[in-house]
Amino acid sequence: MTTEQKIRVLIAKPGLDGHDRGAKVIARALRDAGMEVIYTGLRQTPEMIAEAALQEDVDVVGLSILSGAHMALLPRILELLRANDLADVKVIIGGIVPDDDIQALKAMGVAAIYGPGANTSSIADDIRQMVQAARSHNG
Amino acid sequence: MADLVEALLGGSLRALARLLTVIQNETPEARAALARLYPHSGRAYRVGITGAPGTGKSTLVNSLAKTYREAGRTVGILAVDPTSPFTGGAVLGDRLRMRDLAGDQGVFIRSMATRGSLGGLARATDDAICALDAAGFEIILIETVGTGQSEVDIARAAHTTLVVEAPGLGDEVQAIKAGILEIADILVVNKADRPDAQNTVRALQTMLDLGPAYRSNPWHHQSLSGILAPPPESEAESEAWQVPIVQTVAVDNWGTDALAEAIEMHHAYLGRSGKFRVWERQRLAAELSARLESALLERFVARLDTERLLALLDDLEKRRIDPQSAVETLLKEGDRC
Ligand SMILES: Nc1nc2c(ncn2[C@@H]2O[C@H](COP(=O)(O)OP(=O)(O)OP(=O)(O)O)[C@@H](O)[C@H]2O)c(=O)[nH]1
Ligand SMILES: [Mg+2]
Repeated sequence: MTTEQKIRVLIAKPGLDGHDRGAKVIARALRDAGMEVIYTGLRQTPEMIAEAALQEDVDVVGLSILSGAHMALLPRILELLRANDLADVKVIIGGIVPDDDIQALKAMGVAAIYGPGANTSSIADDIRQMVQAARSHNG
Repeated sequence: MADLVEALLGGSLRALARLLTVIQNETPEARAALARLYPHSGRAYRVGITGAPGTGKSTLVNSLAKTYREAGRTVGILAVDPTSPFTGGAVLGDRLRMRDLAGDQGVFIRSMATRGSLGGLARATDDAICALDAAGFEIILIETVGTGQSEVDIARAAHTTLVVEAPGLGDEVQAIKAGILEIADILVVNKADRPDAQNTVRALQTMLDLGPAYRSNPWHHQSLSGILAPPPESEAESEAWQVPIVQTVAVDNWGTDALAEAIEMHHAYLGRSGKFRVWERQRLAAELSARLESALLERFVARLDTERLLALLDDLEKRRIDPQSAVETLLKEGDRC
């Protein structure tokens, strides 16, 4: 018996600012879209995020960032994912990111960036597409 | 797949994580991998942690794992949370309480969704334990879904089962109803920092004194196990295990040393009384039985003609035949082809 290959998503809130309402909203929305969401909560360091992504074998890492610390955190997180042989894992960001930084983050390898008003069901659709593309690419 | 097994045995945590995914997806590759992992398993000690929602199971796992790490033992953790029956999705939140374990290569945490299984564990839990075991983790902690119901599955999967209670949930009464005490090898009263903790301890002690039979036998209605494994001797014949009540404050790492000691005592008891081997044979017999059952059914159903099945269903619906006679008919016809 083979069960369906569920999409697994890690939701984390790196940085030091202290509320995770946005992260919880997206976690629930993705669950309602049929995904398995590993919710790790506040103040996750890049090391903790990469380790959890490895152990949980997730397809996607979703980061909720409000503190404006994205330009400091993302290079490190992406570097650690690559170092752990997790370059295939898609990284998406939710939060307030200035236009100037969006291009820079995408150039670094961030798959998608969503502002505060983003529609959760279209985020789920994007994730499904990304994961399907990655899986068929890897055979 | 061959290389994933090799890599796991060589210590690759990435390979372990990949294999756990394949195992939970129950693919044919998983079956092949498990066949190769099995000879390397059987060394780990399995501890189950169950109890009502919010009693502090995950926090306790965090604290207990730290205690084991201080003693130099490696720890694999399986944390099970429920899949939504409506969407098929799940939020797996146990890891949130285990952040103290981050950055330690001697700990591996994996969250699992139940994916439709009802007993508080995922269907692939036994196989996931096998992978962690083969990867060399010495202690495996398994946190069930917090249903607080009688979770016989965890009693079957773990050598030592902890039932976690917390004061103020009114679950003293619930526990009797659900029969969850019967699966406890150790009762943990967590949140002992709460003022009403002593009431919970007293209520549990009273219930232990009144004594429902301590773990009669979690396998009693498994068909093959009656044939293959010796029935466990009655408690009268061997020394009986006295279920201890251990108080903890998991958030402060208080009481977990004593808890680890109680687990060790239970482990020693299982060895001394011969129950360890009985348990292992019962477990294997039950697993063999369950796998045989589903394989036989699958093979049998594959030979059946769908039209014939639908016709029988019509007959059942119209009360022309009863269900047991329908089964006999199918068996007879199945034997002929
Ligand atoms: N006061 C007190 N609170 C505790 C203690 N242990 C855990 N908690 C709190 O209890 C709440 C639930 O803890 P968890 O560890 O998530 O409980 P759980 O049993 O794993 O919950 P589920 O997995 O959802 O069933 C959290 O807010 C913990 O901080 C304790 O010893 N004392
Ligand atoms: Mg929990």
